[in-house]
Amino acid sequence: MSGFEPFIAEASAAAGRTDALLLALTIISVLVVGGISLTIVVFAVRWHAGSRASRQRARGSVPNRGRMAEALWIGIPLLVFLGIFVWAAVLYHQMRSPAADALTIDVVAKQWMWKIQHRDGQREINELHVPVGRPIELVMTSQDVIHSFFVPAFRIKQDVLPGRYTTLSFTPTRVGQYQLFCAEFCGTSHSQMRGTVIVMTPSEFSDWLAANPGEGSLAAQGEALFRRFGCSGCHGASSSVHAPKLEGLYGHPVALANGSQVTADARYIRDSILLPVSQVTAGYTPIMPSFKGQVSEEDILKLVAYIRSLAATESQP
Amino acid sequence: MTSITANGGPSYISAGYTLRSWLTTRDHKRIALLYLVSILFFFVIAAVAAAMIRIELLTPAGDLVDDDTYNKLFTVHGVVMVWFFLIPSIPATFGNFLIPLMIGAKDVAFPRLNLASWYVYTLGGLFVVGTLIAGGVDTGWTFYTPYTTMFSNSHVIAAVTGVFIVGFSSIFTGLNFIVTVHQMRAPGMTWFRLPLFVWAHYATSLVMVLATPVLAMTLALIAIERLLGVGIFDPALGGDPLLFQHLFWFYSHPAVYIMILPAMGVVSEVIACFARKPIFGYRFMVYSLLAIAAVGFMVWGHHMFVSGQSMYAGMVFSLLSFLVAIPSAIKVFNWTATLYKGSIHFDAPMLYALGFIGLFMMGGITGIWLAALAADVHLTDTYFVVAHFHYIMVGGAVMAFFAALHFWWPKVTGRLYPDGWARAGAIVMFVGFNLTFFPQYIAGFLGMPRRYHAYPDEFQVLNVLSSGGAVVLGVGYLLPLLYLGWSLRRGRLAGANPWGATGLEWQTPSPPPPDNFASPPRVEGPPYAYHAEQAAGDSHGR
Repeated sequence: MSGFEPFIAEASAAAGRTDALLLALTIISVLVVGGISLTIVVFAVRWHAGSRASRQRARGSVPNRGRMAEALWIGIPLLVFLGIFVWAAVLYHQMRSPAADALTIDVVAKQWMWKIQHRDGQREINELHVPVGRPIELVMTSQDVIHSFFVPAFRIKQDVLPGRYTTLSFTPTRVGQYQLFCAEFCGTSHSQMRGTVIVMTPSEFSDWLAANPGEGSLAAQGEALFRRFGCSGCHGASSSVHAPKLEGLYGHPVALANGSQVTADARYIRDSILLPVSQVTAGYTPIMPSFKGQVSEEDILKLVAYIRSLAATESQP
Repeated sequence: MTSITANGGPSYISAGYTLRSWLTTRDHKRIALLYLVSILFFFVIAAVAAAMIRIELLTPAGDLVDDDTYNKLFTVHGVVMVWFFLIPSIPATFGNFLIPLMIGAKDVAFPRLNLASWYVYTLGGLFVVGTLIAGGVDTGWTFYTPYTTMFSNSHVIAAVTGVFIVGFSSIFTGLNFIVTVHQMRAPGMTWFRLPLFVWAHYATSLVMVLATPVLAMTLALIAIERLLGVGIFDPALGGDPLLFQHLFWFYSHPAVYIMILPAMGVVSEVIACFARKPIFGYRFMVYSLLAIAAVGFMVWGHHMFVSGQSMYAGMVFSLLSFLVAIPSAIKVFNWTATLYKGSIHFDAPMLYALGFIGLFMMGGITGIWLAALAADVHLTDTYFVVAHFHYIMVGGAVMAFFAALHFWWPKVTGRLYPDGWARAGAIVMFVGFNLTFFPQYIAGFLGMPRRYHAYPDEFQVLNVLSSGGAVVLGVGYLLPLLYLGWSLRRGRLAGANPWGATGLEWQTPSPPPPDNFASPPRVEGPPYAYHAEQAAGDSHGR
């Protein structure tokens, strides 16, 4: 709550916190701009050419008065700035730390639309349905150029890049429909690349999920792709090829052949499908072919969902 | 114009009237005028594009021009304003004209290089005009990849070539100024006796020479990826799109300081003269110019808080951006303090300079909003940013350009313009500017993204206000054209020093002779030897 509500909806957990910061910035700006402008006007009137106001220096004036003034107007802004910096950085950190129980939803952007995939396989275009009060984490990528996912009512924005995943976390706090904009110039119809975020009560959201079944959950679709692309030939349990097993992999550290260590997250899985030689698991030879150009961004996200679903499975000895 | 100077010799203008005498001149003052005419030509092109943008945005639907045309309009507006008007605006014209005069030199260190810089500028300009005739470019002035390299179907290579070439004119100018200030100062003109205008250009030149090559390389990489398909920025080819943003902003953030530092120099001269007081805290003003130039190189990542750059990089860039605001704040406080117990005259240059302080302050303080990470997440890529940088680059740099134009017009042309008209022009420009751009802060705050050809209905009121303000602003830009043009033939003769100013440039006739000074000047004391105590009595102090 900060007083901006009549002008722009505050519909996420971050919105209220950001608005408090914005309100503080507004107050500081009005004071500073108003104060200095007023000072200039007062000086200009009092000491305009021809006025009789005294120009004599005050008697017994302090030596180094100039330096003291400079120190004052370096020191005070510095303290104020540092305060704002810390405040804003803490909020930024908070915004970017996803809750452990967040509901993840995939977003694939392309010129000029937003494609959404839910965990259970529901798909939508230029609309995103989410339940109120539940932390959401969007895993986003682009098929072509850079786009940016911007929901003003949530005070959040994140660029969506080709060739990598970026994430955006938020918790909607109010039921309603909110505008979604593409905020990074992306070509001809950039200004038409808009959508709606529909925040529903949890029960309405379950109804919506049930009424819009996809072709099975993302993980199930991923499993089908896993066989279709022949991944199971090497990574499957019964395979005789020496390939890393994927059960229990997701979210865990992986030791690489070059001695470094990475966490097996969505980005790692994606890179391993498209650029398998770049991060070879220790103890394996780089024999996997690249699937670049053969598998779409949506399908990669399904494969990620499948491999993620194997995380709970114990790895076979 | 005056053809004969007081001592009977020809002025730099009457030294030759043929076209050839202008196109082959090595006189810094004539080259400054060549630049002045050229940049005004490009200002008009970019302003027409802006006018069409504002007309299109009167209605939420995209109805005046189609979307591709709109995208080309804001691209040409940005490209031309930034590289063909703002960056050369003050340095190549007033810097060129005044630096040798202010330091008591006959010319810049490398007169031929100076002329070459204008030809290079013109060649770059031809590429841009050619781009426009061929059908334009639609990438935005920021040329973000992979859109620019792999997806745009417009004339990217021609536009990028034009910008690549014009960069060298900046480098030539910067190099020339650095050597001139080091080597050509008159006897007694020590570093801390230099006018702040010269210091500002010295700092600007360092930025020009160090940053512009990075832009050239970045643009060359765009051409290599687009023409040869070598993967540099496009992930589909194995490149990294954020690499482009880092390289681009490594130049383009300091480029903002290329625009604003000379403006600060102008305003310092004008405020001191019309307050009849030495600049308050001269050394702090010098150090803050240098600090802005130096720290300005380390803040580029603040354009990328939501780009996918790491969170901790964002925090470092945020902190550094707050720090670079400190020297700017010092300057505003010191200008204000200079007015204290002054004897203040409100001639047109002073009105422009005071307008600069107000608008620069607004632009600067909203820069603090954008440096604050969580606030930037909401505000970046909206009209808030558009308003912010127009307050700096138009409210700041262009107001200062007009302050300079009005302050040194008598020196450049030898004529005075009608002061009442000029004051009216300054006020119309200030009011028109605020009417145009203040509503954009609000539109952005409420979430209107930038570079939108069509927009949601609720933003219409603010856009209509902004477009209406642009009409007033347009009148503000046309007025000086009229009365300054009139003054060229009909204005009163100015004499050497119409404002009672202290700089060396006022100690030679107006317009100055080709070699600037009849005899080499000697400098005996610090700059800004004004005395408000004595000036206060007589109402005009001249």
